[in-house]
Formats: sequence, C-alpha cells, structure tokens
Amino acid sequence: MGRNKSTLLRKFHQARWDEEIICEMSVPGERGILVPRVEREIEAEIGDGVSRIPESLRRAKPAALPEVSQVRTLRHFLRLSQETMGADMTVDASEGTCTMKYSPKVHEQLVGNPGLRDIHPLQDEDTIQGILEVYFRLEAFLKEISGLDHFSFQPGGGAQGVYANACMVRAWHEARGDEKRSEIITTLFSHPCDAASPATAGYKVITLMPDESGYPDLEAMKAALSERTAGIFITNPEDTGIYNPRIDEYVKAAHGVGALCAYDQANANGILGITRAREAGFDLCHFNIHKTFSSPHACMGHSTGAVGVARELGRFLPVPRVTFDGNGYHLEYDRPDSIGRVRCFFGNAPTILRAYAWIMQHGAAGLREVAECSVLNNNYLLKKLSEIPGVVIQYAEGKRRLEQVRYSWDKLKQDTGVGTEDVMRRMADFGLQHYWMSHPPWIVPEPFTLEPCESYSKDDLDEYVAVLRQISREAYRDPQFVKNAPHNSVVHKVPSPGIDEPERIAVTWRQYLRKKRTGSGGPQE
Amino acid sequence: MSNDSIVYPYIPNSVPEIKARMLEEIGAASIEELYAEIPSHLRLKGPLNLPEPILDEASIKRHVEQLLRKNRNCSETLSFLGAGCARHYVPAVCDEINNRAEFLTAYVGESYADHGKWQAFFEYASLMGDLLEMDVLSCPLYDGPQAAATSLRMASRISGRPQVLLPRSMGEETLSVIGNYLKGGRESTLEVGLVGLDPATGLVDIRDLASKLSDRTAAVAIENPGYLGVIETRAEEISRMVQAHGAEMVVYTDPVSLGVMAPPANYGATFACGDFHPLGMHMLCGGGQGGFIATHDDMRYVAEFKDLMFGLTETVREGEYGFGEVLFERTSYGSREKGKEYTGTTTGLWAITAGVYLALLGPKGMQELGQVIMQRAQYAAARLAGIEGVEVLFPTPFFKEFVVSFGGTGQSVEQVNKALLEHGIIGGKDLSGEFPELGQSALYCVTEIVTKEDIDRLVRALEAVAGRG
Repeated sequence: MGRNKSTLLRKFHQARWDEEIICEMSVPGERGILVPRVEREIEAEIGDGVSRIPESLRRAKPAALPEVSQVRTLRHFLRLSQETMGADMTVDASEGTCTMKYSPKVHEQLVGNPGLRDIHPLQDEDTIQGILEVYFRLEAFLKEISGLDHFSFQPGGGAQGVYANACMVRAWHEARGDEKRSEIITTLFSHPCDAASPATAGYKVITLMPDESGYPDLEAMKAALSERTAGIFITNPEDTGIYNPRIDEYVKAAHGVGALCAYDQANANGILGITRAREAGFDLCHFNIHKTFSSPHACMGHSTGAVGVARELGRFLPVPRVTFDGNGYHLEYDRPDSIGRVRCFFGNAPTILRAYAWIMQHGAAGLREVAECSVLNNNYLLKKLSEIPGVVIQYAEGKRRLEQVRYSWDKLKQDTGVGTEDVMRRMADFGLQHYWMSHPPWIVPEPFTLEPCESYSKDDLDEYVAVLRQISREAYRDPQFVKNAPHNSVVHKVPSPGIDEPERIAVTWRQYLRKKRTGSGGPQE
Repeated sequence: MSNDSIVYPYIPNSVPEIKARMLEEIGAASIEELYAEIPSHLRLKGPLNLPEPILDEASIKRHVEQLLRKNRNCSETLSFLGAGCARHYVPAVCDEINNRAEFLTAYVGESYADHGKWQAFFEYASLMGDLLEMDVLSCPLYDGPQAAATSLRMASRISGRPQVLLPRSMGEETLSVIGNYLKGGRESTLEVGLVGLDPATGLVDIRDLASKLSDRTAAVAIENPGYLGVIETRAEEISRMVQAHGAEMVVYTDPVSLGVMAPPANYGATFACGDFHPLGMHMLCGGGQGGFIATHDDMRYVAEFKDLMFGLTETVREGEYGFGEVLFERTSYGSREKGKEYTGTTTGLWAITAGVYLALLGPKGMQELGQVIMQRAQYAAARLAGIEGVEVLFPTPFFKEFVVSFGGTGQSVEQVNKALLEHGIIGGKDLSGEFPELGQSALYCVTEIVTKEDIDRLVRALEAVAGRG
C-alpha cells in the first residue's frame, strides 16, 4: 500500500519554451480570426457606418496590435499555459489561506451549459428561474453552515466581501444616528483585507499584535475598544492555523462597547460543521466561496466573497436580493436601507453554481469529512515538517492546529544563509508550486504558510515533505545551489524581482520599448 | 461522526485505513483530538441541516442540468439586451485557452513555476495599452464600475480635491457602485455631482457641466460611448474644460468600440477605464465582467494604482525575460491598511482571455468589428424607427446601443417585452425606471452576431406587438 518512497523526488523539468512576447510575433497581414461581414443590403442602405463618428473621435490609425495567425496565437498561449503550474498539475498544498482544493471537472461542464453561459443578467426573472433557484438554495446552505440569517453573493471576491461588510457596519451605525464610530480593530494574523477594506471604507484601523502564544492580545483589544469602535474584523483560526478558543470573549468585549463583529471565514475549511459564526456571537461574516466551496482559482479570479449577516443587519445587504414567494424566485431591488451595489449585476454566477453543486455532492457528513480530513492532513504535514532540519514551528507548542500552519525557516537561515525565498524558488525544480510565504510584516521570520486541504492524499503529502527535506539537505550541503534556484523551471532567477525604480518599470510592451529606446535605463539596458 | 461507509472521490484520505495510519503517525487517538482547541460551548451541536447529498457524478450533473433547463438562454432566444453585458462572439481559441487546466487552476504562484501566467498578464496589459494608446495598466479589477470608482479615487488622491462629476446618463448599476465606493474614502467622502443629460441629444449637458466644474473638482468622468449608446461628440471640448480647471479627465469606454473610435487618450483622457467583458467572455449571467484602468507613464499616476502590476525584467541569463512585482507597497497585500485601497482576487482569467482576444482580432479585426457593429446597429435603429408608434431617441451618432421609445404604441416597455418573449425575442433593457424623463423607452443592443435576418425578425415582431396597442 502506498507509494514507493524512492519515487517521491521527481526528476522534473518544467516546460521552457523561451517564448517571445506576443508583440514581437507580428507578421503584417496575418489574421487570427475573421469577423462577420455586414450584409450587402445593410451596406447599401447604411453605408460604411463609421462616417457618422465625428472625425476628431474616429480612430485615425489602427491600434498597434500584433498581427498573428490563429495557429500561432493558439500555440503561443498553449505554451504559456504549459509554463504555468496550475493546481490540477501538482500537489498544491503550497498556498496557505488559499485552500487550493480540487475543483471537479464536471462543474466546468455545467458552467459551459448554455443555460448558464448564455444567460444575460438582466433577463426577465421568469426566464432565469433556474439560476435564481441555485442562488436561493445556496443561500440556505450558507445560512446553515454559518448560523447567520441572510446572505448576498454579489461581491466579486473576498476582499470585496470584507468591503461590503465594512459598508454594512457603517450603515448600521449611521442608521442608529451614531456618528462617532470611526475605528475598526483587526489582528495582524487576519488577512490584510480585514485592515485594507475597512480602511477603504473610511475607517481608521487598529491592528492587534499577537501575544507570546500567538493569540491576538485580548487585553490590548479591551484597551483599544471604545465608543469610537465601529467593529472588529477578525479571522479564526488565524493565518497561523491556531484556533482562538476565547473568540467569544473578544466578541463580547466588542459588543460591550456597541461595536459589531465581522468574521473573516476565508479559513473555514477546517471547521465546516464543527463551529460557526453564530456560536461565537458574530454579527457578520464572509466566505471565500471559490476557496472553501471549490471553484478553480483561475489565475486570481473569478471569485465570490459571500457576505452573511444576522437578522438585524439584513436590510443593509447589497441589492438585488434573491427572494422566493412560494411560486417563483425574484430579484428584489427596492430595499431603501441597502448599501447599494459593490459590483454590477448579482454576482459571479459560475462560482455560485459550482459551490451549489459541490455542497450538494457532500451534504452534512461530507462537509464534516472535508473539515476533518483537512485538519488531519495539516497535522500530519506539521508532524513531518517538524522533523526537517531548519524548520521552526512558532507558537502554540503542544497544541493542535486546524487547517494550516505558518512555518519558519529561521533556523535554516541562521545555519546556512538560505532563506524562505530561496527555498520557495527551489521548489519549482521538483514540480511543486512555490509556497506562499506570508504577507508583510514577517512577524514569523522566514515564513512559509502551507494548507494541505482535503484534496491531497497521504502519498501527496509524503512527496511534498520529501521535497522540502531535500531542499533543507541541499541548503546545509551547498547553500549557493539553493540560492541560485530555480534550475529546472521555466526561467532562471530574477535577481531583483521588486521593481520600484521608475526607469525599470515596464508593465506594457509599449512602455518597455520606449524605455529601451530612450535609454532611460530600460530593463534590458 | 464521519460517515465511514462513504469514500469521497475528492477526498483521498477518506479511506478509513489511511486515516487511521495518519492518526497513528501524528500520535492522536482520534480526529476529535485534533479539535481539542475548540471548546464545547462553541461547537455546533449535531449535524448541519443540509439536503441528502447526491454522491455520484452522473446524478449531480443531471440535477444541475435540470435546474439550468429552467433558464431561457440567449443562444436559443434572440436577445437585444446590453447595458454593460452583451452577447458578442467568443472565438473558440479564447475558450480553449481559458479552459486549460494550467490557467484555470493556477492562483498566486511566483513568476518561475507560473511564468506563463505572468507573461499572459503582461500581454493583456500590453495589448490593452496598444488599444488605448496608454502605457500603464494593472492587473484587472472586478468590473467596469469598480474601475470607474477606483479611477475617481485615484484622481482625488492625485489632486487632493474633494469632488467628482459624473454624467447623469450613466447606468444605475455603475452609479450605484461608484456612489458606494466613494463614500467614506480615507481622503474623506468624495462628493459626487451629477451632470445633466441634454434631452435633445442624449449627451452631457455642457452648460450644466460648466456650472458645476470648479477648482474643487478632482475629476470629470464621461462615458464614450455612453450607457445610452451615444457617442460623446463634444468629448474634446469637455476635455479642454476639464484641463482648464486642472482636473483629471476620466473616460469610461467600451473597448470593443476602439477599432473605429479614437482612444480616449487622444482627446485628453488622463484615465481610460471600463469593462473588458466584450473581449472574449461569455455572459455567464454577469460572471464574465472584468475592469481595467489605464493611464500614461507618469509616476504620480502609476503610484496610485491599487492592484498588482507585473513588470518585464530579465533573469540572470542574459536576454531571458523574467517578471517582477512593480511597486508592491502600493497594494494592501504589501501594506495592509496603508495600501492605496484594498487589493484582492478579481478576474485574472478573464484578463488573460482578453489578451488572447486582442491577439486574435489584431488591428484589422478590431476595426472591422467596430464597423460591422455600427452598420448593423444603425440598420436596426433605422428599421425600428420605421414602425408606427416606435421612435428612436436622439439624433446623435451611437455605437452598439440606442434608445427606443415605445410611447407612441400606447404600451409600456414591460408589455412590449412580454409580448416579444412570446415571439422568442428578448427585448432591450427597460429604462423607464432609471430614466423616467425618457418615458417608455428601452435600450437596444446590436452586436456583430445579430444579423440582418435577426433584425428583420425583431421588426416583424414589433410591428405585430405595436399594432396591438
């Protein structure tokens, strides 16, 4: 049973096509696709159509787009896809906080169904009863999973969901005539958007630092709470994977000064069916639908941040709301207290459809199995990684973590000079995705954050561990080799990947060429 | 508590023997032990109340297909709906690329293992830059309205001024997103002033703009083409007025128009923004949107973008392209609440698709596409105007969309649309709630896939419907 251990380290080399930028491939006259031609009768009647545009607004010279045949364009982008390490290709336990779970292929077939693909969001309700039913039913599921009372799926991602929650917190206090609430409290190990989204909504943000055990400092929070506090935005388990067992005390303390409590449930994968926002007393929450409930992460989106609220806050949710009157489903727009819209239309329907199907495939027992296996996998990985020289596990000694861990290569760095960025680059040489380190600031030094969710087998995790063990061994033996990595990836090491100098900034080909031409220190000068 | 009789295909370690072995390795007697940190008073008592699962793939597929069958789709039903989302032709290569598992399931990996993704993003920005004749774009935003809202906040950060002016003719969806997003900015709430709609032309009321524009104005936004389809023929004049007050000129544009229309930068835009949904995305009930913002290469602007930017650089091997993060500290990933605004997962795969689309179309394709849309839309407008009781509002040139008034038929748009549906046609968007001053009017959208035959069919149906009034 199980995999032959001698095969765990792959003799891997990623595709390296040395592919040009598409702008360099232009062959004047080539065409990638032809567009429909206007009918002769229309042309005879209407003429060229474009003369109606006033001359000053007519395009004088065609866009400087490349001219490339279809077969070459296809080949180009297929090559770029081969130079991308999608989660389907590998054991992607690498991206802690991102829950890189398997996205069932059958869902892609369903998203491609004309009954979703070719639906316009402004169609008459009678003609979109199927998708409205999916929204309505998924809302019922999430109400049960969170214990909260109402949901909206409009936000286009987790950070936008947190933003919607910050807007609802603002609306709640405004509706009560409470104008003093200008501060939001969050914790350092909560996702950056728990600080940034409320700040974008106009709040001053106070960040609680972890205490020696890794928990946000409760006493510091009590000291920070006041009649100016609008709300707390907090996750649990935090990015360290440590569950804060006194979370309800934080919530009570915040409620004590009249603040609302918003639960960032991006890290919900390990607690599905175990504990909920309701039990801890939260007023609002959000789920990253594409993470916890399975949607392909699509090179940073499409995605959905589902926002849930307690009954008293329901009237502030974004419009439209999906309702059911016993006969049919409706889009309700007339909600005067609503914060309005944070995104156009009513959300990312494909993500909603996939999440609905995924939950339907699991049911209550299956969701619990998801949570349990993700926690089992994480604790297994933790045990194995703790045995690797150079790895440090900070905080919560002797305690169990939930679905992820923020590890540290601090000892490796001190012993060998090889830091987490070096290891991260080297991973690509074994066919693994680079791991996620940590958002700054690096309170955990030389950090890396792993989340081996339920989609990965014991053999998969053994392979993952074998790679990190091998890199640790290499670091102690030949640190420079690791520092020079990657060796077998698509491209070689970029010596200075942080580009802050104006003369080095080239985010488009035109900008690149201009800087090169003017000799203003362009990237290849 | 787990149902040990089920092994889930998506959960490899749901096999009981493997679970037991792993627990043994961990040194835990049970799964429950792993949850020791969650106290009992925070535990959910009993199982979640969810429907019985549909475990096998064949049955879940049938179940969802049955739900989707209740929708009436626009490949079977002729549709004239637009208003920010429209049915354009999606080249097969676009679908082929964005369905590739490598792109579909990648996320935030670095530029080595994910070099192809970074290059595809760079190419998206490059080709959009070519189309817009502007140098700087970030990774995509959620949608067009968000892009407009962030452009306005950027403008206000640059100028330090407190007010923005928007056209009253902007769609409700866009205005609502912008209104929400400008509330409570760190720079304090931005005042939103609405510039009136000239009822004769559908264009921005220039006199109203002049009366509202001042040195308090951070930015003036116009749409070109507008939400109501009209081409803002006085864009240059507006731009000069805006410049005279030292304000930023934000132009919200439909990228599909730019093969025939001048890029906004040519008539003075300092920000071009919009939704790249038409460039290769399906409608997906609103799931195919994606926002863009473009500016010139000026650090005052570059430093204000809120999203990630991937810059072309080189690796240790001479001549080998590599990528790096540009000004990471701008983002909230880098600086939490001190970032420009919040940064998040948005619409990356659609940006890659837009890049594929522009590469396929090329300069000639974009030009021909813009032209055929204009020809067919003008033909449709002319034909509809010929129906008794039906009127096409505004004599102004338009692109892709135009306003049709049914006032003369004695019927409401709602009635007309219900009747059209019986003919197998989805009519234009009802504007009567959004623009009561336009009476019983609807916004009709004609793209390159609507043929003469389709338009003639609409005309016949409307003749029958109007005749009932």
